[in-house]
Amino acid sequence: MLRSVSKSFVGVRVLDHIDLDVTPGEVHAVVGENGAGKSTLMKIISGAYAPDEGSVVFAGETRVFRGPREARRAGIGMIHQELTLLPDRTVAENVHLGHEPVRRGLVDRREMLARTSALLTSMGAGPLPVDAPVGRLGIAQRQVVEIAKALALDAQLLIMDEPTAALADHEVELLYALVRRLRGRGIGLLYVSHRLAEVFDLADRITVLKDGTRVTTVPAAETTTAELVRHMVGRDLSGYYPERAAPGDQGPVRLAVRGGGNRKLRDVNLRLRAGEVVGVGGLQGSGRSALARALFGVAPFTTGEVRLDGRPVRLASPRAAIRAGIAYVSEDRKGEGILARQSVLDNALLAARAISGPWSGRAGRTTRMRELLGAVDVRTAGVDQEIRFLSGGNQQKVVLARWLALGPRVLLFDEPTRGVDVGATSALHDVVRRLAREGAAVLMISSDLPELLGMSDRIIVMREGSIAGELSGAASEADVVALAVGAAPGAVA
Amino acid sequence: MSALSVVARRPVPGVYVALVLTAVIGWLVVALRGGALFNQATIVSLLHVAAGLGLVAVGQTLVILGGSLDLSVAYVVSLSTLVAAETMNGGNGALLPGVLLALAVSAGVGLLNGLLIARARVNAFIATLGVGLLLKGYLDSGYDGPAGSTSPGLVQTLGYQRIGPVPVSFVVMLAVAAAAWLTLSRTRFGHHLVAVGGDPEVARLSGVRTDRVLVAAHVLCSLCAGLAGVYLAARLGSGAPRVGTEGLYDLESIAAVVIGGTALAGGRGGVAGTVGGVLLLAGIDAIFNQLELDAFAKQVVRGVVIIGAVAVYARRAVRKGRW
Repeated sequence: MLRSVSKSFVGVRVLDHIDLDVTPGEVHAVVGENGAGKSTLMKIISGAYAPDEGSVVFAGETRVFRGPREARRAGIGMIHQELTLLPDRTVAENVHLGHEPVRRGLVDRREMLARTSALLTSMGAGPLPVDAPVGRLGIAQRQVVEIAKALALDAQLLIMDEPTAALADHEVELLYALVRRLRGRGIGLLYVSHRLAEVFDLADRITVLKDGTRVTTVPAAETTTAELVRHMVGRDLSGYYPERAAPGDQGPVRLAVRGGGNRKLRDVNLRLRAGEVVGVGGLQGSGRSALARALFGVAPFTTGEVRLDGRPVRLASPRAAIRAGIAYVSEDRKGEGILARQSVLDNALLAARAISGPWSGRAGRTTRMRELLGAVDVRTAGVDQEIRFLSGGNQQKVVLARWLALGPRVLLFDEPTRGVDVGATSALHDVVRRLAREGAAVLMISSDLPELLGMSDRIIVMREGSIAGELSGAASEADVVALAVGAAPGAVA
Repeated sequence: MSALSVVARRPVPGVYVALVLTAVIGWLVVALRGGALFNQATIVSLLHVAAGLGLVAVGQTLVILGGSLDLSVAYVVSLSTLVAAETMNGGNGALLPGVLLALAVSAGVGLLNGLLIARARVNAFIATLGVGLLLKGYLDSGYDGPAGSTSPGLVQTLGYQRIGPVPVSFVVMLAVAAAAWLTLSRTRFGHHLVAVGGDPEVARLSGVRTDRVLVAAHVLCSLCAGLAGVYLAARLGSGAPRVGTEGLYDLESIAAVVIGGTALAGGRGGVAGTVGGVLLLAGIDAIFNQLELDAFAKQVVRGVVIIGAVAVYARRAVRKGRW
């Protein structure tokens, strides 16, 4: 399908003679590190970029798409990592955006609703309210709508970029089933993911990209995770997670919550020690994020008491929390983490500037920040580059550097490695562990169970707004899930 | 339950609830001072005010829904009165050419606005402000006062004719609003416009030609302002170089849109709310005229209403939760 495609930006070659083919009824996974060229590749196939060299061959014809519109009409659907749905518009309106059925010059609502229902049924998706605004649906349902939208124009090739990034575990299974059903219908799927387990679950063949070149394409059955990782990073990641803290490394209690509660939380009791990483597990909506947001003063506790280093503190606003020495990395990087159009340096200096004097930055501060950005290994063309051009992993490192500049005593991470590739994930893990070793207390929320178990010294599991239980770092995935869903799994939706 | 929370729950009816409340309070206050709010004269005058503002505001709704804005409408209104009245030159023979020419000139301004915003990527605020100032320069240097003369036929019909207490111009405004409503809810263009306002990137990736949609919205917006100019020319009998700015049609139209529940950032709202917003603003006008209070008090109340409406909608958006 792709013949020797190359693409350069401002003199930097990001894709170097890539060949790739997807056959009907195949799931072809593409994996690779930050900046390996995955997004560029997908953008070329989906018509957003034109290749400098080489060509896209689709359904036997060499095609030059002049934009996503043409590619869509030709039968190439794209599922973006961030969902591209309008929350205020209905499911049917979103699915048909850009190609609304028209009768006598007017949009035929009935036809649009009927087609949407039929499409969703043919996908085997459960019943969805096709006439309700998308904003009322859950994340998993929105994903189904997004896929329906891509399929609405009779797509023969579907490109999926990190489709599970925003999904909880039980929702991922639904997506898998959907992908397999589409494959059964003869649709070719190009599946990009950072989660290797997922790639092995789904893919028929796997292509590894590294630094804009294709390292290999192998049938999934003939390779292993270790081999893929080696191809991706060019080295073995044997010690995949950094070493845990020894019992003696842990210091005094940094943060203590007693009887904390608010609209989403009940009776939270929690102690974080200096030097430890405490993982937070639980289903989506179980109060994991609410806990981090309460501690950071976004939606503060309305009852109970919080002590920091033994002294009571009122965490009434993010500013108060930051002043108290708490840092927070949101799960919504695009919405709450970065200012997309500002430079890497401005993004990194945001918090330091917010709580310091009236001047935006002395040279010394800038220099220190450059060092910090180097220390967390941000890969960028320059700190003056707009942050939106960086990969997710590098953006996350910038967010981390923002907090490190303040020397926080407590760090709250909500899904810190979501949408971040293997190499950068590993780097982030190292930084998190190093911070703990240097005396910070770390609270880390993760839906990625191997990460949760691999990183945490202890794990607390949330359910229905309170802490359902605590596990040691040696617990199993099954232990976490059992606590998360409660004694009667059916009772918790 | 307080009136405000009723307003907050459902955006479009909300403004109508506020409208009824205003009418009741206004009627009471006026009645206590021995006057009558709902006599024929006040209603006719109210509907005339609403007709002019309504035409402009319906157009403004379209561009705001698309995530844009038009600050040049007041000057387009003035320009349109002049083009119409000077072309007609007092006779009925040139009635139709006068109307058409005024609309064509307005559409041209809209096209310029749209191209500046969609193609040249100039921020809508700046682009339409700049185009507005350009028109202001032309109007200020070319005209000292009223010029031209509107066809008597148009004055008699669009300007003053009524069906009972309802002026023809108000009916025209409602017809334009209905057409806009139909466009938004039942045409591809309407769906695409709201999508562009909701998230231009999403719209683009879905295959919507966002440039064309925005340009078309601006042409329609200016056409509406041009039509309001034709109506004012009919009302005044001549072209008036400053009628648009003195009537504050730019800010008032935006205010009406916002009071009507359309998000200033685009993507959410509609013309039904805007018509309510227009009636509310016109109603407040009528009440204060009836009370013969000074203009200052009136402006204060209008300011409070606008800010209050936005605050209520903002609270509502927060309660709906994050996306």
